[in-house]
Amino acid sequence: MLSLWLNVLASGVLLGLVYGLVALGLTIIFGVMRVVNFAHGEMVVFGVYIGYWAVRLWAVPVIVAAAVAAVVMFVFGYLLETLLVKRFVNRPHHYQFIVFIGLSLLFTGVLLVTFGPDPRPTASQLSFHTVSLGPVTLDLARLQAAATAGLLITLLGAYLKFSSFGRSLRAAADNRLGGLVVGLNIPRVYAVTFGIGAACAGVAGALISPLFDAQPYLAVDFTLLAFVTVIVGGLGSFSGALLGGLLIGVAEAIAALTFSPSMKTALPYALLIIILIFRPRGFFGAKEI
Amino acid sequence: MQKRFEGAPDIKPWLAGAMVFAILAVAGALANPYLISLMTIVLLFTFLGQSWNLMLGIGGQLSIGHALFVALGAYSVAVLDVKYGISPWIGLLLGMFIAGCAGAVLAWLSFRFEVRGIYFALLTIAAAEFARIMFSGWEFVGAMQGLFFPAPTNAIEFAMLRGDARFYYFVALALAALGIVGTELISRSYLGYVWRAMRDDEQAARALGVRTFRHKILVIAISAATAAVGGGILALVQGSIFPDSIMGMGPSVDVLIGPVVGGLGTTFGPLVGSLAAIPLNHLMGALGDSLRIPGLNNIAYGIVLVLVVWFLPDGIWPAMVRLSKAIRPPSRVWLPQPRKAEE
Repeated sequence: MLSLWLNVLASGVLLGLVYGLVALGLTIIFGVMRVVNFAHGEMVVFGVYIGYWAVRLWAVPVIVAAAVAAVVMFVFGYLLETLLVKRFVNRPHHYQFIVFIGLSLLFTGVLLVTFGPDPRPTASQLSFHTVSLGPVTLDLARLQAAATAGLLITLLGAYLKFSSFGRSLRAAADNRLGGLVVGLNIPRVYAVTFGIGAACAGVAGALISPLFDAQPYLAVDFTLLAFVTVIVGGLGSFSGALLGGLLIGVAEAIAALTFSPSMKTALPYALLIIILIFRPRGFFGAKEI
Repeated sequence: MQKRFEGAPDIKPWLAGAMVFAILAVAGALANPYLISLMTIVLLFTFLGQSWNLMLGIGGQLSIGHALFVALGAYSVAVLDVKYGISPWIGLLLGMFIAGCAGAVLAWLSFRFEVRGIYFALLTIAAAEFARIMFSGWEFVGAMQGLFFPAPTNAIEFAMLRGDARFYYFVALALAALGIVGTELISRSYLGYVWRAMRDDEQAARALGVRTFRHKILVIAISAATAAVGGGILALVQGSIFPDSIMGMGPSVDVLIGPVVGGLGTTFGPLVGSLAAIPLNHLMGALGDSLRIPGLNNIAYGIVLVLVVWFLPDGIWPAMVRLSKAIRPPSRVWLPQPRKAEE
């Protein structure tokens, strides 16, 4: 019994790290630009498809596919911001919401037209290999996804903390006007921020492509999951996204074990409603939005 | 936008509105079945759009989980009718009550704890998703298999709200007209002024003695209750309901497309927006089906939404009003002096 619980907890933690990476993308975009990217799940699904095609066409390992996804999605996010999103940065929230709902419909439509609605399983051998650590057995695909996600979160955190660009990004997040006054190139900071956010989503998608079948309709679930994660941790908070991801991953795993599988999907929302009511800014949320 | 509500009530929009509805009524008697069923949906979403519009356009609260209230109305009607044979009229009343309470509780909980703006919007979507998953597993309301109304007959039973497609068209037409008149009346009433003041500046409204907390709950409860009425009729028109088709993100987006495309906070916006967006969606959906390309309607909806917010941020209807004023400035004929005095 104990080993069952340990296994469930471990797999929850591993998936939680990947959720954390997805949520990190969302939270960076919100923290810096005050824009809620409602098309985030679609960007995750783009990553899943990149993983699917890279593994299938070139037979490369999932890690390489993730690197491809990072580059492609960074460019995609950068371009999307400079061409479209920047026009709506200073608009009221509901306009931004509607733009992003439009974008998410558009992206889902493009995926449907290109790949069709049928789920496509990524043929990766990794899912069949397992590692045993005492009583805990982990499958390699999950372990690799979690390890890469954890590494990326750490690297990104260090980059934002110590690099010159990271400092200007945090300055822009802290005070846009102040940043402009001291001569920050705010449009470029915003574009790169959006690119980083999209790249986080894309990498996470490619990493989990061995675990989830590629399917356009997955996007809504990922968007909502990313929101739940981010709000639980606090919208705009770096460590909050990580904590929220772990919490949701573990909660989902435990709910699937103790209740029914359908409860697994309901639990994050229940958690979100409770958190929003009692701690609206999340665990690490900023005081003012 | 607010200009229209100030000063003496203008008779012309009412006349124009009455003419539009007279034309729609005549068209309903003549049009072919496909057009009738399409227009029924357009009119129902006009009404639902009015309900959503009341919440954001007038009350200033963004809901992106409006399907929750729609579905509560739909399920109230369906459960009473299908399981117990009770008239949908009772179901509509029950649905209004349940959805109104749900809206009030949601609003009370969130505003009590200062959850507002974007966080309130996310709370509505979380509540809708939570309810969808719960209803998907709840055997009493049919779970994933949904609920089916008895097959439609050609006999019109007003007490049971049962009839052919044309009957439902007129029901939807009446509802849309009621929605437009109701929104206009609320807009011009004391409540309308209070809510718009609250929307524009909550602090200032509170300073003037408006109990904003109560008013926010009130506007959300009223909006939720009206959404439930639309949902109940929608369930009857569709003949069946499933959690995924009436509670998911899809229906929530469908509800807000009409008012956003037509014009936020305007009386005729939801009608114009629904008239523009829903036939486009059906057309692209049919085109996609015949070409075996699913997803064309998503692309069309997405592009329309982005373009409207980009180029016509207040929507199609205000743009049409501006255009008609630019072409034919009537004020100069009747009121040359006061205009100059204002300047």
